[in-house]
Amino acid sequence: MGRGALPATQRMPCFPPQAASGGSMRGHLSRRRTGEDQHVVRFENVGMRYGTGPEVLRDVSLDLASGSFHFLTGPSGAGKTTLLRLMYLADRPTRGLISLFGQDISRLKRRELADLRRKIGVVFQDFRLLGHLSAFDNVALPLRVAGIAEARVKKNVTELLEWVGLADKLSARPVTLSGGQQQRVAIARAVIARPQLLLADEPTGNVDDAMASRLLRLFEELNRFGTTLVIATHNEQLASQRRFQRIHLVNGEVAAPADAVRA
Amino acid sequence: MIGRVGDDIPLRRDGTVRLLPWLIAPMVYLAALALAGMLALNGVLDSWDRGLSGTMTVELPPAPVPPATDDAVAKTLQVLRATPGIVSATPLARDAEVKLIEPWLGSTISPEELQLPRLVDLRIASGAALDLKALRAKLSAAVPGAVLDDHRLWLDRLYSLAVSVEATGFAILVMVGIAAVLTVIFTTRAGLAVHHDVIELLHLMGARDLYIARQFETEAMRMGLSGGIGGIALAALTLWGLGHAAAATAVLGEEAKLLPDLSLVLWQWAALALLPVLAGAAALATARFTVMRALARMP
Repeated sequence: MGRGALPATQRMPCFPPQAASGGSMRGHLSRRRTGEDQHVVRFENVGMRYGTGPEVLRDVSLDLASGSFHFLTGPSGAGKTTLLRLMYLADRPTRGLISLFGQDISRLKRRELADLRRKIGVVFQDFRLLGHLSAFDNVALPLRVAGIAEARVKKNVTELLEWVGLADKLSARPVTLSGGQQQRVAIARAVIARPQLLLADEPTGNVDDAMASRLLRLFEELNRFGTTLVIATHNEQLASQRRFQRIHLVNGEVAAPADAVRA
Repeated sequence: MIGRVGDDIPLRRDGTVRLLPWLIAPMVYLAALALAGMLALNGVLDSWDRGLSGTMTVELPPAPVPPATDDAVAKTLQVLRATPGIVSATPLARDAEVKLIEPWLGSTISPEELQLPRLVDLRIASGAALDLKALRAKLSAAVPGAVLDDHRLWLDRLYSLAVSVEATGFAILVMVGIAAVLTVIFTTRAGLAVHHDVIELLHLMGARDLYIARQFETEAMRMGLSGGIGGIALAALTLWGLGHAAAATAVLGEEAKLLPDLSLVLWQWAALALLPVLAGAAALATARFTVMRALARMP
């Protein structure tokens, strides 16, 4: 097994080990599917520019249904990262309307926006692991931010890190981990709080094809339990391997209807 | 290391934050000296005021022949004892007058060589409202040139000096307070800039503003408190030294110190001991306000 590979015995686990709020994951997700409705993300004529620069996104309209799986593709500079930043509420659009989980984000109060962010997991392209914290504490961050009891944090984080094959790296600082291991820590951190929407920016950009394929299977597993996924990649080959919906961006515009393009 | 709860932002590794106690300590030191000066001055004024309130002095002009002056003293006493509100009127003996000036002129001078005025010490009943104008007129009629000194002029000048000194002390306190707040703002802003990535990450994970602010304010309070304790310890040493120096000036006896008594009583020490706590609380509040304002600008 390569340094960055998942252990063979844990390739297709029943994920995650235990729900953060107690009870089974499957039960929790099925409740969510029936209780909430269809559109997790809705963009209506969204435009985005940084400062006085040109628009990097133009008239983007899309609906992402609950439990759907999307590849966000396009050449470098097409606006994929900007679109993801809008989805995980790092930026506000300069025009247009964004709704997440059925709520118009422009009408939400600060506290409600924080609650909304807790439903979203993000795997950053550069991982953004905190160098002064151990792998354990990096993964524990979303739970601690949400005020989960420390005993439960310890249990869930330990189990998840074991599950991604990093049981012996709980105390390791990110700088001592390989690229693949860092990526797994980043993914574990993104999913530890069982987000309803998982956004990943080039999550397979730093790993070999075999590892990329395994990570995709992990995402598929998450999706099977009801998490809505958007994976940004410029790897057309990777996107075409799976039969998932694609959002293709070219020069800041959606090139084809989000739900029309299928591999 | 596992389980670093509430330590997501590595502020303790931040050189700017570590510098904070070294900036707060001299500020608390200065504030403590200014406050101690104000408290000591208040104490001195109170003791002077207490010593002089309810007393007056009648000063009779010196006469070339002592019996004439004794006659003037008798007339004065007659007027004073007939005035309601005056509890006692006691003429100062010649020997006592000489003793008053002995520290400056020595003991070899005889009273006859000096044209000393005769003094009559008055005690006024507490709450008595004397008509000083009428009393002065009566005294002048009885003994031409007699002066009734109610010490008001001296006390008024002393008070105005004390008010100026106290205003200066207060201004120093205010300026030190402003400087401390600005220092904490600067340090907190530097911390926000240095740790922007971590803060943004926590923000994107759904951390409430208070969760992030609490990490800054806890650290700022810790640093403010430790700096404050250092500053107050130094100030206590300085005040102790000054107290000893003031006591050592009593070369002419307890009644003729060159410096007033600078020692503080228990409640005044307690007030000084509050300064580090105030420094810590001010650092906490300033850090929270600064962070909350900065976070409000994030989407």
